[in-house]
Amino acid sequence: MDLKDKLISSFMAFESNVDIEHPVHDVRTEAMKNFEMKGFPTKKEEAWKYTSLKNLQKVDFSIFPKEENALEYKQVKKYFLHEVDTYKIVFIDGIYSSYLSETTHDGVDICLMSSALTKPMYKPVVDVYFNKVASKDESLTTLNTAFCREGAYIYIPKNKMPKKPVEIIHFATGNEASLMLQPRNLIIAEENSELQVIERHQSLTSNEVLTNSVTEIFAADSAIVDYYKIQNDSENASLIDNTYIDQKGKSNVSVHTFSFGGKLIRNNLNFYQNGEHIESTMKGVTILGNKQHVDHHTLVHHIEPNCESHQDYKGIYGENATGVFNGKIIVDKIAQKTNAFQQNNNILVSDKATINTKPQLEIFADDVKCSHGCTIGQLDEDALFYLQSRGIPQKEARALLMYAFANNVLESVRIPEVKARINKLIAKKLGVSLGFDL
Amino acid sequence: MLKIKDLHASIDDKEILKGINLEVKAGEVHAIMGPNGSGKSTLSAVIAGKEEFEVTQGSVELDGEDLDEVAPEERAHKGVFLSFQYPVEIPGVSVTNFIKTAINESRKARGMEEMPANEMLKMIREKSELLDIDRKFLSRSLNEGFSGGEKKRNEIFQMAMLEPKLAILDETDSGLDIDALRIVANGVNKLKSKDNAVIVITHYQRLLEYIVPDFVHVLHNGKIVKSGGKELALELEEKGYDWIKNEAVV
Repeated sequence: MDLKDKLISSFMAFESNVDIEHPVHDVRTEAMKNFEMKGFPTKKEEAWKYTSLKNLQKVDFSIFPKEENALEYKQVKKYFLHEVDTYKIVFIDGIYSSYLSETTHDGVDICLMSSALTKPMYKPVVDVYFNKVASKDESLTTLNTAFCREGAYIYIPKNKMPKKPVEIIHFATGNEASLMLQPRNLIIAEENSELQVIERHQSLTSNEVLTNSVTEIFAADSAIVDYYKIQNDSENASLIDNTYIDQKGKSNVSVHTFSFGGKLIRNNLNFYQNGEHIESTMKGVTILGNKQHVDHHTLVHHIEPNCESHQDYKGIYGENATGVFNGKIIVDKIAQKTNAFQQNNNILVSDKATINTKPQLEIFADDVKCSHGCTIGQLDEDALFYLQSRGIPQKEARALLMYAFANNVLESVRIPEVKARINKLIAKKLGVSLGFDL
Repeated sequence: MLKIKDLHASIDDKEILKGINLEVKAGEVHAIMGPNGSGKSTLSAVIAGKEEFEVTQGSVELDGEDLDEVAPEERAHKGVFLSFQYPVEIPGVSVTNFIKTAINESRKARGMEEMPANEMLKMIREKSELLDIDRKFLSRSLNEGFSGGEKKRNEIFQMAMLEPKLAILDETDSGLDIDALRIVANGVNKLKSKDNAVIVITHYQRLLEYIVPDFVHVLHNGKIVKSGGKELALELEEKGYDWIKNEAVV
């Protein structure tokens, strides 16, 4: 049985464990119909030209973990941002771990999707926001919607700001030979509120894991949301991340994506600007080797006038790694005075690494500033010689240059501890100790 | 200290250096002058070990050791320093962190412990005062957004910190106004001792008014066509390079 058939037949089993009378289940059923019709995307589709899901579909994934698994804090401590205090929403093999988590209802709600989808007190919010910005026809998103049950739920009321950043972490224990996870996150930042989120998926063994995640983020007027995705998973863990962001006037949302490890990573990052004077920022650093694959698909849809979007993705690809950057910018006819910037720079450090980069601009307004640029190159030999001539060995010199190349993406990281952690991950990824903290 | 014998070097099969002979002893200052395209920068890059250049004949020796096959960083560890004409910008790495890394890599290569932080700080303070460098400057990203003069001053600061045995200053005077030139030259003079040597590569005589050479060599078409004392530089300033070129043909 291939994965699609298995998912379809699992849906019935899934239904016996959820409240099928709940209105959310009508949404699931609708979504399941769409997935049944469309199935997994293939390379024939333009958006999936360079990323194949064929091999993953041959894996016999468990759709539901058989039992609840526990982890000791000391086993997983290193994956938390222990440098700074955070709220934590932690899942082990897709199941919430209250032991590892720290949630709150103190003025803000930082808790669970399963509560939001079942408890009457959350119904007014869920009715307004759930599945409202996520695509209703993109097959992987609808697959997630069909099985949605658990994930993070964050609600920040007007003028509020949680006391600390929120970490959303998914651990896969490897107790299943191969496991499929479908977390669903709903994040709402009401007017003039602020929120910082760090998301991470971590497989603890080399067993196969496939995560198909959907996150909906709503930023109301003047809200500020900073979202950091740390993708540094094991060599048999694949991630399809579908993130949808709805922004209202004067809101400011940034998403930083750090892709340092994983078998296959697909980021579908979609911004919709439903208001004026909005700022949207998408930044990414990718450092991959072996046979790792990453595919960044970004979309920013300028729907109203006077908004800005900034995209800056840096990629360093070694060995047989492959990368894709596809950045789509749509500027509607009424969205005058739009400022849209897009930049994608890549370094190939091996002859066998490849990158496909493609800007895709659809501009229907006439008074806009849109710029895009992409480069693919090698490390600058003159710069390398400069560093070596000062006594810095070639390996360290290369690492310093790569670090410098990726550096400006880090400038906009607003949590110093996250920045420090990313710097350490970069140094580790580049395999050097530079004698100082980058 | 440095012995260059019949050095031929080429890039992409084009021969740039066509038989250079030069000996530099400890305590000496040598100036290498010459028109554009004569091979001055190539000579400095070959001494520092740039791999794009292929040495096809002859040798470069430092303290009796042939430097062929010695990587640029190892040459640095042995005490060779090249001040670049166009220093490279390294965003995200401060001048201080960069120089710390460079010093400690050299010490590591020599089997020494890392320099203690207080010693490093003291040294940074002394050397930055010597070159009239603002402390704030040291926390900026290496060469990023530096003016031409700041870049050159930073090169000499690094030289001061690394205390090389042999310093090669490649067109250090270009892009410097007279005040900056004086500060840089003053720094170089203070670092000079009987145990180290300096090679000043320049197109103009101007810098040599401040860093007075013991020997002046004129490079033309990949060869040293004339050598002399410091008065040769003045003669070149007066007459230009044409008479040398003509003489060379004869």
